[in-house]
This record gives sequence, C-alpha cells and structure tokens, in this order.
Amino acid sequence: MEKIKKKKRKTFTRRDFLKGFGSGALGAAVVPKLVSQDVFSLQTKEGKIPLYSKKQITLNINEKNYSLVIEPRETLLHVLREKLNLTGTKKTCSGGECGACTVLLDGNPIYSCLTLAIRADNKKITTVEGLAADGKLHPIQQAFIEKDGYQCGFCTPGFIMSSVALLEKNKNPLTEEIKTALSGNLCRCGNYSKIYEAVSVASKSMRGA
Amino acid sequence: MAKKEYSIDIKDSNLLYHEEFREMETEEPEEVPSPEKEKFKIIGDYTPRIDGERIVTGRAPFTHDIKLRGMLCGKILRCPHACAEVVSVHLSRARSLPGVKATLQLKKGRVKYAGEQVAAAAAVDEKTAEEALKLIKVEYKTLPFVVTEEKAMEEGAPQVHDSPNIDKFNDYNRGDIKKGFESADVVLERTYKTAVEIHHTAETHGSVAKWEGKRVTVWDSTQAIFNVRDGLAQTLRIPASRIKVIKKYMGGGFGSKLGLNDYTVAAVLLAKEAKRPVKITLSRKENSLCVGNRPSSIQTIKAGVKKDGTLTALYLKNYTCGGIRRGDRCSEPLIDVYKCSNVKVEEYTVFTNTGAGRPTRAPGHVQGTFALEGFLDELAHKINLDPLELRKKHYTTKNEGGTRIPYSSKGLDKCYLLGAKKIGWGRRNKKPGEGNGKIRRGLGMASQIWWGMGRPRTLADVKLHRDGSVEAVCGTQDLGTGTKTYMATITAETLGLEPKDITVKIGNTEYPWCGSSGGSTTTPSVAPAIRDAALKAANYMKNQTAEKMEISPDDVIIGKEKLSNKNDPAQSISFKELLKEMRRERVFHGEYVGRPLGYAYNTFGAHFAEVEVDIETGKIKVLKVVATHDSGRIINKLTAESQVIGGITQGISTALFEQRVMDEATGNMVNPNLRDYKIATSFDIPEIEVAFVDMVDPRINILGTKGLGEPPRIPIAAAIANAVYNAIGIHVSEIPMTPDKVLQALKRKEVG
Ligand code: FES
Ligand code: FES
Repeated sequence: MEKIKKKKRKTFTRRDFLKGFGSGALGAAVVPKLVSQDVFSLQTKEGKIPLYSKKQITLNINEKNYSLVIEPRETLLHVLREKLNLTGTKKTCSGGECGACTVLLDGNPIYSCLTLAIRADNKKITTVEGLAADGKLHPIQQAFIEKDGYQCGFCTPGFIMSSVALLEKNKNPLTEEIKTALSGNLCRCGNYSKIYEAVSVASKSMRGA
Repeated sequence: MAKKEYSIDIKDSNLLYHEEFREMETEEPEEVPSPEKEKFKIIGDYTPRIDGERIVTGRAPFTHDIKLRGMLCGKILRCPHACAEVVSVHLSRARSLPGVKATLQLKKGRVKYAGEQVAAAAAVDEKTAEEALKLIKVEYKTLPFVVTEEKAMEEGAPQVHDSPNIDKFNDYNRGDIKKGFESADVVLERTYKTAVEIHHTAETHGSVAKWEGKRVTVWDSTQAIFNVRDGLAQTLRIPASRIKVIKKYMGGGFGSKLGLNDYTVAAVLLAKEAKRPVKITLSRKENSLCVGNRPSSIQTIKAGVKKDGTLTALYLKNYTCGGIRRGDRCSEPLIDVYKCSNVKVEEYTVFTNTGAGRPTRAPGHVQGTFALEGFLDELAHKINLDPLELRKKHYTTKNEGGTRIPYSSKGLDKCYLLGAKKIGWGRRNKKPGEGNGKIRRGLGMASQIWWGMGRPRTLADVKLHRDGSVEAVCGTQDLGTGTKTYMATITAETLGLEPKDITVKIGNTEYPWCGSSGGSTTTPSVAPAIRDAALKAANYMKNQTAEKMEISPDDVIIGKEKLSNKNDPAQSISFKELLKEMRRERVFHGEYVGRPLGYAYNTFGAHFAEVEVDIETGKIKVLKVVATHDSGRIINKLTAESQVIGGITQGISTALFEQRVMDEATGNMVNPNLRDYKIATSFDIPEIEVAFVDMVDPRINILGTKGLGEPPRIPIAAAIANAVYNAIGIHVSEIPMTPDKVLQALKRKEVG
C-alpha cells in the first residue's frame, strides 16, 4: 500500500496533472482524447496501469461476488457507495481522518477512502450491510441499539466495523483496549462513552457471559 | 447553449436565538393546559430508538446517500482570496466539457472571504464536475484583507464592509454601575478569550434538488425544512406551495444547518438548467470554510464585591468576531444567573474577512459562561469564599435580566447539591494550586442557564388507520436527539400501545408545521403537540367505546391494547377491533398552544469536573465529569443521557483543543480538516456521570418538559477551566487551553 502510494507520487504529480489540464483545457475537443490516452500511469506489481484505462475486478462483498469494470484511480469507498449503492459505508473526510468509511478487508479494518478498489480485487470485504445474518442483527449492532451507542448515526457504521474487527481478535477487551481499537473513528456527536459500553456489552453477549 | 448569470443574495438566515426567543413570548394562548400529574409507564423511562435497526444496518438514508435516476453531481468553485473583486467569470470551456450539463455564475462584485462561492457546475460524475471547475476561468482583482480580530480592530485596518469593522450591538444597563463599584470592598478585572470553532458535522452539508414541471423537491441535510423551503421561495421567487423539502437522516447540525444555504440554491438552479436532478455535497474543507462557525470573543469582566461576598457591580465588555457576520451575544449568563443590582454590558462585533459565524450549540452562552464562571472562581478566592457558596449566595428565583418575573421552575439548587455530592466537592484544594509535585489535581464547577421553552403553534397529527396501525406525524426533524422515538413513546403511552407499534413520519414540509430543530426547542414544541393529538385520538376511542358499552366516557380506561369499563374490567374491547369498526381513517390534530405569560421559562444545570494537570508539559487530562440538569420532565432517559454525554464531549473539545487558525499572509484557513483541527476523541473521554433532577415544570406545556440540546454544552468548558485553576492556582483564561497556554499561565503565576 505504502509503496504504491509513493510510486504514484513519483509518476503522477499534481504539477503534471495541472500541466496536463493546462493543455487539455485549450479546447473541448482535446479533452476526451486526452482522457483516453495512457498519459498518467500507476506502477503496480502487475506492471504499469494507465490511470484512465479501465480494469476488470472482482470484489467479494458480504459473501457476494461483484464483477465490475473500474478505473484504477477509484477508491473502494467510491465503488461501494457510487457504483454498488452500498451507502451504509459513510464518507466524512475522504482523507483518513475520521473512520466513517471503515470496512473489513480480509477481516482487517481499513479506511475505504484511502484504499484503491483494485487493491481489493479478489479480496473479501465486509461492510455494515453484511453483518446481520438471516434477519438477525449482529450482537454488536444489537448492543449499539440497547446502549444508545449513537446520536445522529452517521459515524455508526464505521464504529461498528472497527468493533467487529476488535471482538474477532480480542473476545474480552478492557476499556483501554476498546478505546485503542476505536481511536481511528471520530464521533462528532460525542457519544464515545456509550459506544464503549455497547462494545463491552456485545463482547459479553458474544462470550455468552 | 446560452448561460444565464445568476447573482444570489441570501438573507442572513442566522437569526440569533435570543431574538427568536423574545418573539416567542409575545402572545398568550387563551387556554393553557397544565401538565398532567399522571404517572407514566413509558414516558420517563429508558427507551431504545425506534429506528435503531436502520442505523446500525446502514440502511438509514442520509442526504449523502440519495440517488435518483439521472442525478448529476454538482460542485462549487470557491474564491481562494480573502478579499477580491470578481472581474469576470468564464464558464464556456467548462460547459463544453463532455459530461457537463450545467454551469452557473454565483457571484458578482466583491468576494469577502476565502471560500466564498463564485461559480458551479453539474456533471455526470464527481470527477467530471471537478474537472469542469478547473476549466472555469475567473479573473479577480485582489484587495487588502484582514482575518484576525486583533488586526481588524487596529486603526487603518482594511474595511470588511462599507462601515467600520467594530460595531456595537448590545448596550445593557441595570441599576447604577458607578455606585456599585463605589460600594465595593474588592474590585477585580480579568480578560478572557475564546477561539473560533467549526461545527464539523459528521455528514458534511449537502442538498439534492429535483424539478418536476414547476415544482421542485429538495432533500436537504438540514435542521429546518420549513426555513429552507421559505428561504428558497424568497430567494428564487418560487411559490412556497411548489417547493417540497425533505430531510430524512442527518449527520449532525449543531446549529450549522439551521437555515437555507447558498449551495442549496445552487443545486436548485443547476437542476433547473440541466433538467436533471443535482446533488451537491460539500467537502470537509468547504465545511470548514463556509457553513458557519462559533464566533470568538475577547471578554473583559470587572466586578465589585463586598467582604461578605455580596456582588455590588458587574461589568462586561465583549469584542466578538463572526467573520463577515455578527458575532455572538455572550452576556446573557452574566445578566441572568446571579443576583446583582448594578450591571452594565457593552458588546461589539468585529468584522474580519473570514467565513460567517452561525449559531453553534449554545451560541454566546459557551463563551459567556466560560468568562463569567472563571471570573467568579477568582473572585471567590479573593474574598476567601468557597466558589460554590459564592454562587449559592447570589441564587435567584427571578429572571434578573430585564423582566424580574419569576422562573416557572428552577432546579439549579438541586443540581448544586447533587453534583457536589457526586463529585465529592470537599476533596478540592481549599486554596487553588496548593498541591505539589509534577501532576496537580483540581476540582471545579460551573452553572448553566439557557432557554428551552418551545415554539407556540407547533402542529402534529395522530392518524388512526382501520387496520389498527397508527401514525404520528410532524414536520420536525430528528438530529439524533431521539425526536422520532419520543413521538412514538408519547403516542404509545397515550393509546395503550408500544413505541414500536407507531409509525413516525417527520422531515417533510407537507407534514404539519414545526419550527427548526435548534435552540433546545424541539422537545418542548413537538412533545406537547403530539401528546395533544394523541389525547384527542384517545378521547375519540373512549367515546366510541362508551357508546358501545353504554357507559360514560369517563368510565372508559385505556389499557394495554384495549379499552375497558372502569367499573367492570371484564368488559373490554381491543384497540384493533375498535379501529376496524371506524368507517374511515381518522386524523387528530394536535398543537402546542404556548404557555402563560408572567413567568420566565429556562433550563438550568451545573457541571463539576475533576482534572489532572502536568505542570511540566502543560497537558490537561479530564478525569471525571458530573453533569446535573434541570430540563423539566425527561421523556426518554436513554437518549437524554446521550445528549448530555455528547455536550460534555464537545465541551471538553472546546476547553482543550478546538480552534480555527487563520493565516494572516494569505487570508486562508490553516487547518480546514479533521487532522489539524483537533477534536476530542477516544482517549480524551473521562468518566461521565449524568443526573437529572427531573422536575416537572408546572406550566410550560402539557408534559412539563423543557429543552436539553444546548444545556450540557454550556458549563463544561468553564468547569474544566475552573478545575485547572483549582489544580495550578492560576486561571488559564483562554480556550482552548492548549499546553502552551497552560505553561504561559504558570509562568505568569511565577512572575506574579
Ligand atoms: S472518510 Fe475515510 S477516514 Fe474519513
Ligand atoms: S453519532 Fe453523530 S457523529 Fe457519531
């Protein structure tokens, strides 16, 4: 991930982009041509991928396979929300600051706004829509309702996904561990105390305690 | 295609609360029902939200989530200069980019802050819309600007408007301030500063607009659907009858979504030109720049006090900065909370070339309380009095401000008692800063006053269907405060049902009128209105039952899903059966009629905080907060607790972290994101204890309930600052109390 990001910076700077547009902006007719050309590219393990060319990927989301054509520059968040209409995953900052866009990628919580969709090709993604099974809520979802672990509810999907990831790995977390696991999520309504309560109630119910 | 040029001039939708509140007091209803003594089953209990499942499964539709067929993405081009003349705007290149369906010029003349909207484009997707903005050519003539209040107040500073940068907006006098100072034994003067804060709602602002013929529907992330509708009608001269505004779920407002926004107008105009629906959602940066903020303040308080602790004079001078708009009136707490015969207030707005201030959860009161309550602690120390005793000594049951009328109910004394006990007030340092070592502990407290009385003429309906289902309907909006849930709770309680049996419909201007959700007015407006409607429905059902049973309606009692004969409980009819027999569905109209004049209706509270200060690093850690509140009858303790916890969390943020930083060289904001603009998160949250005194106000409305939105936001920063004072022996007097300011304060103390 890090490596790719660095490469991206090397081959595709903001200055290049502006330069590209400076000329592209000369006339409307030039623009579509420019868009279809392999001008900007991204170096990946599989070789050079032109930024504006399309790529076919398969995403396994909530145990369902979606095969779709995307542009390599598209983030996973964008694909989930705009292309697949899975709007449970939220966007608050689009810059890795808030955690509203948290989903699980092969079981690990990630910021989907900082993850390119091609990076999730053939991987298993879980979103908030995929937690309830057979019409039954996940114990964490249940606990958020019971303990009122939200107010406006906008940050809630992100918090729930981070909590799911935590309780998968740590069945009986201490409050400090809950705080650490959720420290990448912001709740502007400020209901943290109730969110922690919800997570510890859920951990109890999942342990059958 | 020829492009029209629009110039939009939006009226100041930033109605300062107190003006609105005064207005609320002008008419007395003919008949005011007093609150019921009745013991309730569900009202007052802990009720989980009825829409919880939608939220936790990600199915709650927020404005960001709306998708319509053919919908375009709208983007707004904003001025990078703090002050400039827009010489020309060229849209044609953007308009001819494939995928772009509409472009608009939004500004002519002078741009007064960096971030003001200049032009807009709508395109088939976000990337294309962004590309379109880059093709819009704007020629600016840059002008001198000023972005900090200190600079704006200087002689010869660039003028923000065509008038001086300093403008007096409040002049209040009570008694004789001169005599007050003359009769004092001790006179103290202090200056306090508060920073500009950004609301930073989780869901950024946004609107979707769709035209159908001459009618337009707007989905808006708003706290005030009717204000948006009427604002659009006024700005665009469309009859209000042809505008429908819908708000489903909204990710936080805190005052920043109270009225019509200019991007909503842009969405409506773009949609019209493109003949397709348009969605505009703002970025985090835009949310930092141009949808409001909490105005800063520089407040100087001077007071006189006798040796026995009697306040003889209170004087406040406030310079408040709301950017291009008016700042906040910060004097209300000083005028009202404590008894003092001689009071003088002078408040001035300072204009700068920055985004407009806007009500921010408890506008003015957060800043005013920080100054006043901090001042009182220092004063108490000067005359060797326990700070809580000083407050109790000036306790008043009358509104001191202008009217001298008694409070309808006031439970602040109970809040003091409860809070002091819960925090262990006796543990505080008797002398501020008397501890030693690197880590110092301290306790502090502060009082709260706010309105919270509700809008007369709020309407709500209860609808009974023949299949036994029930609707509760009101054109209000749920900000995450649990409005929907208490509408269901109240209706269910009244009709003998469970909250889950009620279908709640809100957030649509086609529903019965309700005002904006702001200023802690929603519960005391909507709850009595829906209770009124539900009581009418219950009466109807009682009458029908009485007729069937051939008894008096007074002998019919409503039980769990049934109605029965009081004198013969075996004789009963089920709720469903009764409704099935109706010939058609029935709607019952409820209203909140208002309250008697002659009383002041306010909410009260007190917060107590315990902190730890590292005197080497200047870092403050809040250990514990006890929050006590009198907000009348609490309808849902579960959601009310959340609201208090939220207010405390935000207040900790105010006390320790939040500040907008402006760059004087470029006139731009330095921290327009959530990375550099710090807010309280995980590790900043202390142990929080919430206690309601839960008094039923005897006249405010049929349920005796008051508002709760702003109250918990008000005293917390002040209580923390006072706890820090108690810990280190010097008041930091400036929020946010970042480590550098704590260290500077400690240095001042050393110097003496
Ligand atoms: S939207 Fe991804 S971290 Fe904020
Ligand atoms: S519930 Fe509103 S941001 Fe967390």
